[in-house]
Amino acid sequence: MAPLLEIKDLHAEIAGGRKIINGMNLTINPGEVHAIMGPNGAGKSTLSYVLSGKPGYEITGGEVIFRGVNLLDLSPDERAAHGLFLCFQYPLEIPGVSNMAFLHTAVNSQRKKRGEVELTSPELVRKVRELGKTLGIDADMLKRPVNVGFSGGEKKRNETLQMMLLEPYFCVLDEADSGLDIDALKVVSNGVNALRSPERSMLVITHYQRLLDYIVPDVVHVFNAGRIVHTGGKELALELEATGYAQYQSEAA
Amino acid sequence: MAAPAPALVRPMKTGAELALAETFAAVRASLPGGPDVAAQRTAAFDTFADAGLPHRRVESWKYTDLRALMRDAKPLAPLPDADAKAKAVAAGSLFSTLGFRRLVVVNGTFVPELSDLADLEPGLTIASMADALADPTGLPASYLGRTVASSDAVLALNTALMGDGVVVHVAAGAAVTRPVELVFVTTAETPVAAFTRSLVVVEDGARLSLVESHEGPAGIAYQVNTALELVVGAGATFERVKVTTEGSDAVHLATMLAKVAADASFSNTFFTTGGAVVRNQLLLHLAGESVKAHMGGVSLLAGKQHADTMLSVDHAAPAGESRESFRAVLDGASQDIFQGKIAVRQAAQKTDARMLSRALLLTETAESCNKPELEIFADDVQCGHGCTTGTLDQQIKFYLMARGIPAKEAEALLIQAFVGEVIDAIGEEGIRTALAEATRAWLLGRE
Ligand SMILES: Nc1ncnc2c1ncn2[C@@H]1O[C@H](COP(=O)(O)OP(=O)(O)OP(=O)(O)O)[C@@H](O)[C@H]1O
Ligand SMILES: [Mg+2]
Repeated sequence: MAPLLEIKDLHAEIAGGRKIINGMNLTINPGEVHAIMGPNGAGKSTLSYVLSGKPGYEITGGEVIFRGVNLLDLSPDERAAHGLFLCFQYPLEIPGVSNMAFLHTAVNSQRKKRGEVELTSPELVRKVRELGKTLGIDADMLKRPVNVGFSGGEKKRNETLQMMLLEPYFCVLDEADSGLDIDALKVVSNGVNALRSPERSMLVITHYQRLLDYIVPDVVHVFNAGRIVHTGGKELALELEATGYAQYQSEAA
Repeated sequence: MAAPAPALVRPMKTGAELALAETFAAVRASLPGGPDVAAQRTAAFDTFADAGLPHRRVESWKYTDLRALMRDAKPLAPLPDADAKAKAVAAGSLFSTLGFRRLVVVNGTFVPELSDLADLEPGLTIASMADALADPTGLPASYLGRTVASSDAVLALNTALMGDGVVVHVAAGAAVTRPVELVFVTTAETPVAAFTRSLVVVEDGARLSLVESHEGPAGIAYQVNTALELVVGAGATFERVKVTTEGSDAVHLATMLAKVAADASFSNTFFTTGGAVVRNQLLLHLAGESVKAHMGGVSLLAGKQHADTMLSVDHAAPAGESRESFRAVLDGASQDIFQGKIAVRQAAQKTDARMLSRALLLTETAESCNKPELEIFADDVQCGHGCTTGTLDQQIKFYLMARGIPAKEAEALLIQAFVGEVIDAIGEEGIRTALAEATRAWLLGRE
């Protein structure tokens, strides 16, 4: 079976500045859920940005093969249309653009790029409403400008809604649990779990074992100083909760 | 005609000024109107001749130096022939499906056969300005040049040379529900000049929605000097949207003079995408108390386009409320100027005036210029102004792209949202939709 995603000796730095990703290797097979845990400032969010093509980072080495193409050659929108989804740690507010219009444009831009039939407004509205119901997102939130005035939890639900609607092959969830109360954590996790399938893989970045009780990973990695320094099964998350990262800091140095 | 001897011997400096003087001397006897109008024209031309074309040292024209921008004056457009009228049929296409009452002015002349003059609603009267000027008891005799005092040279030139236009009257209490659209179109294949003047009187308690569009051929350096005088009676409601999509080389100079009585509601929105040089000046006199005035504007500019909006709001009576909201989106090496003056006279206590202008620069070569001016003589007032100049938010753009939206489409979404705040304030839904579509078309046409 060909891997869904292969990161090979990836090096990246902030344009004109510090090196953040430092020889990272990772292979993810279809259907697998990998968790990444690591101390603040280790470069986890940077990894998610580099994968999704955010400007401002320079790739100084390595490659990322995703479903047969070198991801790093594509623009962010092409990566998304190819099946990559980044669930933002801090979703942005977009004044003046209604949530529904945003979702409509996103879905149809991707479909167009892939040569698929675009959704009509009624089709999309129906689909969004149905998904919204499972996530506790009401019609009013769909009419409002994207994320403007949304609570932290509402923003994360909104991210999950986008992910469920866009049906990507690979989801990077950057601290999907931050700012969520226990009920919202369940709602978001249920949404993510509903997406689990033999073709779809996930990379779950988190600081807390608790999220991994809901979204149970196949593999857990410890990430420090820009690369994976240790890999284990789901029990590794529990160990980390007890021991912290101290032993891996030295490994990285 | 026993007009006083023209003062044409004053020293004129530029070729354009000399040409205008020649034009005036040549055509003054044949311009519409009786002796009173002729005297008004002469006085106005004297005002123009004294001042000359506005230049940098004229404060309100500081950023639009017409002496430099208008090198010559074009000959007056001839009366529209059959060919010109045929070309004008398709004009005003932005609103053509909305069923508005179209009144068409071709190359400066009102054309009844292209206009919809049938089944006028009760209380609505429409005439050509040329006809109305010839009537000593007509509306122009009572109102023209008497709405708001101004010594502006471009307006004076309009008064001196005004040929035709439209006169609209709405009787007291009449609510005209079908919007009236004034379509101004230039069809000339050679550079010409047109001086149009219109007058709209909305009597007490009446209601009118007016659309005005100005368009013409690309690549021809024609000149438009257009003016609208407006009188809004007590408790009346007036809304206007002026769309300027002139050709690429056109110079478009527009003046609006509006006098608004107590408890009336006034709204005016500019939407500008066309023309090489565009000036929209609006002098608003809030004569009665508790007037609600809204002024909006959207400029979408590219290449070397230059658009200048000059507003002067005169709060002369208590408890008036004025809102100004302007957005400019600037591509290429375009320039947008916003000058907003709010004057609050001593009598105008409880005035609430706010002004906001925001510019979005899409390139490093585009420029925006803001000049707010507050002149407040009353002590119990609220006045605020703000202006911002910025670029597209790259973080938000990345967020949109990360959802699969291509760069250009992402920018379009953000820019539509930026100007949407102004468009959404327009009362007529059909106009809102048409302008949103026009914005989108402009955005998708960007290089
Ligand atoms: N645009 C930037 N400019 C300067 N420094 C940056 C930038 N982006 C990231 N960094 C730095 O890179 C390092 C890695 O940051 P990153 O956000 O990837 O860490 P993280 O592992 O996600 O941390 P956390 O667990 O706190 O979310 C940090 O030291 C951060 O300050
Ligand atoms: Mg982070």
